[in-house]
Amino acid sequence: MINSTIAAISSGLTEAGISVIRISGSDAIGIGEKVFRSVSGKKLSEMSGYTCALGKVISNKRAIDECIATVFRAPRSYTGEDIVELSCHGGIAVTRDTLRAVLDAGATLAQPGEFTKRAFLNGKMDLIEAESVMNLISAKSSGEAQAALSVKEGYISKQVNEIKAELMNLAAHLNAWADYPEEDIPAIEPEHLKNSLINASYQLRELLRKYDAGKLMNNGINTVIVGRPNVGKSTLMNLLSGHDRSIVTDVPGTTRDTVEEQIQLGDFRLNLIDTAGIHDTDDTVEKIGVERAQKKLETAQFVVFIVDLSVPLSADDEHIYKMIPSDIPVYFINNKSDRCTGSNMDDYDGLREKYPDKNVITAICTSLKNEGDRVKNNIEYVLGRYFLGRDFSYASDVISYNERQRSLTDKTKTVIDEAVKALSIWETLDAVTVLIEEAVGYIAELTGENVTDEVVDRVFHNFCVGK
Amino acid sequence: MSTYFAGEYDVAVIGAGHAGIEAALASARLGCKTAVFTINMDAVGNCPCNPSIGGTAKGHLVREVDALGGEMGRTADACTLQSRMLNRGKGPAVHSLRAQIDRRKYSAVMKHKLELQENLDLRQAEITDIAQEEGGAWLLTTRMLGVFRAKAVVIATGTYLGGRIYVGEVSYESGPDGIFPAAFLGESLRKLGVKTRRFKTGTPARVKRSSIDYSELEVQEGDEPTVPFSYDTLTPVENKVVCHISWTNEDTKKIILDNIHRSPLYGGKIEGVGPRYCPSLEDKIVRFADKQRHQLFIEPCGEDTEEMYLQGMSSSLPEEVQTAFYHTIKGLEHAMIMRPAYAIEYDCIDPTDMLATLEFKKFPGLYGAGQFNGSSGYEEAAAQGLIAGINAARKVQGKEPLVLDRASSYIGTLIDDLVTKGANEPYRMMTSRSEYRLILRQDNADERLTPIGYEIGLISEERYQRFLRKQELIAQEKKRVASTVISPSETLTKILVSRETSDVNTGIRLIELLKRPELNYEALAPVDLTRPELDAAIFEQVEIAVKYEGYIKKQIAAVENMRKLENKLLPADIDYKDVVGLRLEAQEKLNAIRPLNIGQAGRISGVSPSDVNVLMIYLMKQKRGGEKHE
Repeated sequence: MINSTIAAISSGLTEAGISVIRISGSDAIGIGEKVFRSVSGKKLSEMSGYTCALGKVISNKRAIDECIATVFRAPRSYTGEDIVELSCHGGIAVTRDTLRAVLDAGATLAQPGEFTKRAFLNGKMDLIEAESVMNLISAKSSGEAQAALSVKEGYISKQVNEIKAELMNLAAHLNAWADYPEEDIPAIEPEHLKNSLINASYQLRELLRKYDAGKLMNNGINTVIVGRPNVGKSTLMNLLSGHDRSIVTDVPGTTRDTVEEQIQLGDFRLNLIDTAGIHDTDDTVEKIGVERAQKKLETAQFVVFIVDLSVPLSADDEHIYKMIPSDIPVYFINNKSDRCTGSNMDDYDGLREKYPDKNVITAICTSLKNEGDRVKNNIEYVLGRYFLGRDFSYASDVISYNERQRSLTDKTKTVIDEAVKALSIWETLDAVTVLIEEAVGYIAELTGENVTDEVVDRVFHNFCVGK
Repeated sequence: MSTYFAGEYDVAVIGAGHAGIEAALASARLGCKTAVFTINMDAVGNCPCNPSIGGTAKGHLVREVDALGGEMGRTADACTLQSRMLNRGKGPAVHSLRAQIDRRKYSAVMKHKLELQENLDLRQAEITDIAQEEGGAWLLTTRMLGVFRAKAVVIATGTYLGGRIYVGEVSYESGPDGIFPAAFLGESLRKLGVKTRRFKTGTPARVKRSSIDYSELEVQEGDEPTVPFSYDTLTPVENKVVCHISWTNEDTKKIILDNIHRSPLYGGKIEGVGPRYCPSLEDKIVRFADKQRHQLFIEPCGEDTEEMYLQGMSSSLPEEVQTAFYHTIKGLEHAMIMRPAYAIEYDCIDPTDMLATLEFKKFPGLYGAGQFNGSSGYEEAAAQGLIAGINAARKVQGKEPLVLDRASSYIGTLIDDLVTKGANEPYRMMTSRSEYRLILRQDNADERLTPIGYEIGLISEERYQRFLRKQELIAQEKKRVASTVISPSETLTKILVSRETSDVNTGIRLIELLKRPELNYEALAPVDLTRPELDAAIFEQVEIAVKYEGYIKKQIAAVENMRKLENKLLPADIDYKDVVGLRLEAQEKLNAIRPLNIGQAGRISGVSPSDVNVLMIYLMKQKRGGEKHE
């Protein structure tokens, strides 16, 4: 397995000046040759280490991008294996297509952290270096939430250690009671035992909730803005992103493609997708945009639906509204309230009443042009209420997301719940004791005091794809 | 004074206590010409502390020793005065058998077994010197200047090695029970290069039966029916005596605290490290200051003696203080002390200097067992003695050693703990030491270990066939409960309702009913019409397998994970200083303990998870490097 050739987008999938696709493994150069054609005609296999060539990325016999290929020869490379790096023009679609071409040519998609793992396995760096690479990468990619990491880590280990201490107390009591039957150690009260376990389970559930909030912070909320052409989607987009990302005109259909952008809205990171105005169209380019918008709605976690109060409700509005999946929270904007005419408002209210299955969390009447900042603040407030809950305080309640930690927290909780169940059906306490000890074991693993076979794999699992 | 050549053996065992006995018998039974040396012929198999065998986790050890072909269980059964299964109701994993035994009879029976054993010579001799010949054979010199040559030696010196007794301000060189100590061997071992240290233990007073007032004491009876230790004991053992329970009180506490400065331990005279696991009364009172009272058990030492043992009351306070505090205890107001309590300090080794075979890493052919290895307790000693004896014999015979891993037994757990984690105080076995205790039960020791005992040659053909028949019956009965359907009936409803479990209105498999915690074989008898006549032990196995199926599966999965790590062998010749990335502490610990595999490395304290990762990477690199060379 270790010698399979792996590839991934090494620079991260964001809009950037350039994107780097890294191919590593014994067949890296062979695979590179299948997708790269140099201008000079020189093949990658003829190039020596640390050299590069200008050329084109070829997919299905078609050039999809211009790029520079850099060759690294084993062992003098990041991973210690042969590496080809393709530096393409940035742009999510092009980068993805290039990776697709590389995978089609025979490479396997790299697991998170796999390049660094290989570097580690090949003796290119020691564990401490590898871990610092990991920290560096995650710090870069998770921005603000990460800034609080050190504080939070102290916080989580404190909380987890409190749970562990309580569980160890219970286990110690149960063990003493079993191991020293002649020492008149009182039996632990089943109700007390059960309540302690339920309390631990509750605390772990809270921890999980905080991890999930952290994940939301790190990964962002997929936010899709939909509505008929020219209702104000681009205006909202520009308001949120703070610059003219989409072209705002009065000609319907100006935005023909979905626009993706990550923006920070207070505590939240939004993966913002402005879609082409959705309506039935014969214009091919625009039709693709409509289809994409429909796809985006399927992966949305938050939808902003915009209607135009200055014109009557149309069949298109209803058609788009119907497309929104019913479980996704919807922020409903009645835009252009300054130009609202008579009964339009009632019609749009009627639309909401007609589809009670939609999860409209807020509906507002506003003019995005005049009251943009108010809307922006309100969206942030509503997101906080919805995703984090009423009592949630960002500063103390979010834990920087870490899959390994979350999974161990989850396992701990599962075992404790099992123990509670065992107690409820009067199973014997030897079994309950073993379950509590298993939970302690998971916590020990979480805080790094224990070892399992999978530790090496898991340490590296935290790496972003590409490093 | 000149020595003389006194004889030649394959295996020589120094000490005939619980460890030495098992080592000597195993070695002789495996066909090695064996000698076992005892300082005093009347102290073979002596129980210088409690007159009982077994107890929590220790009962597991006895059953395992028996299942492997050791002697302790059979002899304990033959000498039982009272038998109890401890922890009934706490779950099968922690059920533990404990028997009061007649200590003089136990000693006599064991001595006779050694005398009758083919290939075995029981000899009274104090070994004063040990040395290794150039060819690797060991030379043992006796106090009488005889020199014995042996290919392998098992040291099982108990508390005799450099033994020193403490009672208050009084202290003198002695072994247990007033027998003289092994005064020279320790120095000889140190000269050889064996590192030793001092441990301490203690025992309570023995008081005269007729001086105790039993009228207000709680009586503790034996179980009816009883369960024997040995799978070879086919008739139930008989309860012949009762024990009594009493308590210390504020007056006891006051006397002890008033005199605590006279304790050699608190006065700083004893350098040895005492056991937290069976502390003296003054330890308990100092450490658990807020506890109002401590329990004690009054146990007879035998059928034909008036000596009574006061379990829980060991002490090293001066004799007159002992008398005073014992007299504060209800029932003991006029107790006549026949033997005073004492503490004893002795030489033992650091078990991390040993392999899991119980052979010294640095001295091939030299083995150790029991208190010499830093453990405490007769049963812990017997378990190690058996393994050391088996491995000494197998070494002489050029066979692979026997190593039991943690998932196989408490014996394996005990030895792994000793050689991997070491012992900073006398090590006592406890059920909580086994992470796999739901599968390492005292009831299935035969299933786990008898095939191994048979394979190495300590289990007879007759016994093995009996074992196989039992396993077959268990399998058949498991099949039957899985396939038998119980129809709904008034009788069934009555059982279910009276046991407070939900009623059924369609046919239900017997196995589903047995799974319910509220039900068991006994309760279901009236509706289980096709039930065959079987031994209770067979129903017990089936019931546990059914009820604990989920837990057992889980533990088996955990065992597999552990064994995966145990299979990642670390080369014998690594210098951990050369392994890049290991922390300094880990380098030192690993170089000192030299674990055989990754699993063992991970259990060493001071070796962190990231150190283990570094080792795994090192192994992977070595392996891949190796492949490249091929």
